[in-house]
Amino acid sequence: MAMPPLDVARMLVDMNVPRQGLVRLARGMTPARLAEIVGHLSSLEIAFAYSKMRARRTPGNQAHVTNAKDDPLQMAADAATAVAFGFDEIETTMRVARNSWSNALACAVGAAVGRWGTLFQCSSEEAEELKIGMAGFTSYAETVSVYGTEKSFIDGDDTPWSKAFLAAAYASRGIKMRCTSGAGSELLMGYHEKKSLLYLEARCLCLQRAMGVQGTQNGGIDGAPVTCTVPGGMRELMAENLLAVWLDLECASGNDARPTESEIRVGAKILPYLIAGSDLICSGFGSILKYDNSFNASLLNGEELEDYLVLQRDFEADGGLTSRDENTLLDVRSRAIEAFSAVVEELDLAYPTAAMKQSVLTASGSDDTRSFTPRDATLISEAIEQRGITILSVIKALAARGFETEANNLVQLVRLRISGDYLQTSAVVREGRVLSAINDPNDYLGPGSGYRLSAERRGEIATIRDVLTRDQVLREEDIHKAPEAKRIRYRTVGPAAAGNVVQDIVIGISPAFGSTLFRTVAGHPLSDVVRNLISGIAEGGCHARIVRMQHTADTSFIGLSAALLAGSGIGIGIQAKGTAVIHQKDRMPHNNLELFSNSPITRLEHYRRMGANAAAYANGLLPEPIIVPTRGEALGSRYHARVSLIYAIETALTIEGGVPQEIEVTLLEGHQ
Amino acid sequence: MTTAKLTTADYPLAERRPELVTSKRGKALDDITLDAVMADDISMDDVSITTHALHQQAEIAADAGRATLAQNFRRAAELVDVPQETIMQIYERLRPGRAQSKAELVQLADDIEQRYGAHVIAAFIREAAGVYDRRGLFSKRF
Repeated sequence: MAMPPLDVARMLVDMNVPRQGLVRLARGMTPARLAEIVGHLSSLEIAFAYSKMRARRTPGNQAHVTNAKDDPLQMAADAATAVAFGFDEIETTMRVARNSWSNALACAVGAAVGRWGTLFQCSSEEAEELKIGMAGFTSYAETVSVYGTEKSFIDGDDTPWSKAFLAAAYASRGIKMRCTSGAGSELLMGYHEKKSLLYLEARCLCLQRAMGVQGTQNGGIDGAPVTCTVPGGMRELMAENLLAVWLDLECASGNDARPTESEIRVGAKILPYLIAGSDLICSGFGSILKYDNSFNASLLNGEELEDYLVLQRDFEADGGLTSRDENTLLDVRSRAIEAFSAVVEELDLAYPTAAMKQSVLTASGSDDTRSFTPRDATLISEAIEQRGITILSVIKALAARGFETEANNLVQLVRLRISGDYLQTSAVVREGRVLSAINDPNDYLGPGSGYRLSAERRGEIATIRDVLTRDQVLREEDIHKAPEAKRIRYRTVGPAAAGNVVQDIVIGISPAFGSTLFRTVAGHPLSDVVRNLISGIAEGGCHARIVRMQHTADTSFIGLSAALLAGSGIGIGIQAKGTAVIHQKDRMPHNNLELFSNSPITRLEHYRRMGANAAAYANGLLPEPIIVPTRGEALGSRYHARVSLIYAIETALTIEGGVPQEIEVTLLEGHQ
Repeated sequence: MTTAKLTTADYPLAERRPELVTSKRGKALDDITLDAVMADDISMDDVSITTHALHQQAEIAADAGRATLAQNFRRAAELVDVPQETIMQIYERLRPGRAQSKAELVQLADDIEQRYGAHVIAAFIREAAGVYDRRGLFSKRF
């Protein structure tokens, strides 16, 4: 029965049409028709349809764990780090092909630290990869590439039948497998037949389904950079991911090869996937620094990890990762380093020194380490292979050296193979359970259905590092209390009276000024600020009086109240955070003479000139207003969290109807 | 042992139907422990997939509506006992230009079928032989 393509396109974004029905329809469509239908969707509609059509409900993520020296000690530590962050899969590869067994051992041991269930892949030559898998080190593979034209396939030295045979071979070894494809590969291989990128990828995906593989990694693998250079390239990458899940394949949705150096384009590229969710949002998030990524830089790498965690928090979207504090990471790194060292010593493969271990523990990347060289790794690697060392030897070595937890974790992982449960579509292991499209199917049917953050998971995502709290602000202020007491003394004299001398200028200070808070947001001690204001006023031939306001913490009202108490009718209002105003009696509260609202960039020099200008106004002059220069810094984003907390401290100290208090300020000896 | 086909309700087998899961050497899931590994009671055969498990997973995949995935598991089931070297040899023969004629691939299919009882794999190789013949993929490439 013919259905108009536009109708099917609308069904893809209709939340009332269940995924299952659409999957059934896709089976009867040609690649051309599939491409035509998703071609009707805008980028937003593609992202929405992807969210609805992906096979497994719970989103996940995959990491690259590699380094520039093939150093297995660092690899073990970095694998443990990636596991701690929550990656469901980790993938490694080598700078030197011979080092595959060493990489495999290191990642297998490192990934057994902290929890069990992270699936692991060692991307290498097909025969080697199968052998490493059979030795029990790895649990999945994604190196089986397919292409959209016959000539590309042949130049890749394969056919659909040879690849389908490999797919069966992996399954026969109990290894989870997905294919690799993606726009741009035929273009790079020189045989695109002048067909559209999306159409060629639709061919690849139909082939993958026919081959009987459970999933694919597409939408941003090696062809992503060239795809992103053509109009609509990023939309195409999203569209091909949608085709994959519509064809009921697990989708490791690219966001892999870095397609641009622009941070804005990187952020824009990841966002739809972060909010739509994906079986594996990245098919290779470099959990290590860019220069250590042996697959070449990923869209996201160690440099972007914190930003990604913040994006999860911003959008309350589960990107599969969880922030970890430094101590937790040092613990797992240390454990992985010791566990790996125990294994290689026990198996007489290598003897890492204390200095090597220490250099790896705190290393950001291989530039910081003094550990195994690529040649050392080759010797380890060849010994593992030649001596037929298997995962069972590793388990025994771990247990013999007291790493029973890690040994047990590996036993759990290899036990998974017997049932083959993780060979089904979109399988990952969470908290000791296989979760796949079968027992965790995406049941999205609109708001209230599909994947939703649990309260616990929302809490995890919200907990990033360096969150500022009121207590922390107060603790930091407290550090400055004693030094300030040595520089300035505030003595309350009593209720402030109105001045009657024309040279009299009142500096109104806020409730917490110098009592609870001691620095401006720019970091200037308040004693310095007061000194500069007073000397500026004196330079202008006037006299400063200090009055603490109790009824308000608002700069404008502090300033106006000060002006009303001043014999000159000119007052300065200032908050502890450094925000200040020059005010004049008879003006409306928010219609001041000069406002200094950007306290983070207001320097002591500005406070001195503020005093001088106040004196000029008192003398009936019109001075040049002071402009605090800004370079367009996003001061709100940098300081508003702190400012909100500080201001709450100020307002909590206000007293309804409180009378302004005359303060005798003494700037103490030795004051700079 | 039940003869009824497994369904998605039986999945994951290790969790829902652990009694159906045994290793190649007949060990139950609960027998695969660290103590058993330390006592040398466990070999790599005990932590490998079995023909039986692949057929079970094929039934579950078919019930989930994934006919081709199920068929891949059936092909895989036939390869479980095929040695690694033979697997790599078959793979190599299936690459373009390796076999020089349709007859060569058909012969390979017959051998595999005879030696390992791999009927599905044999049919798969014969299918490839026909296509390669039509597409001219028997020409020498290096």
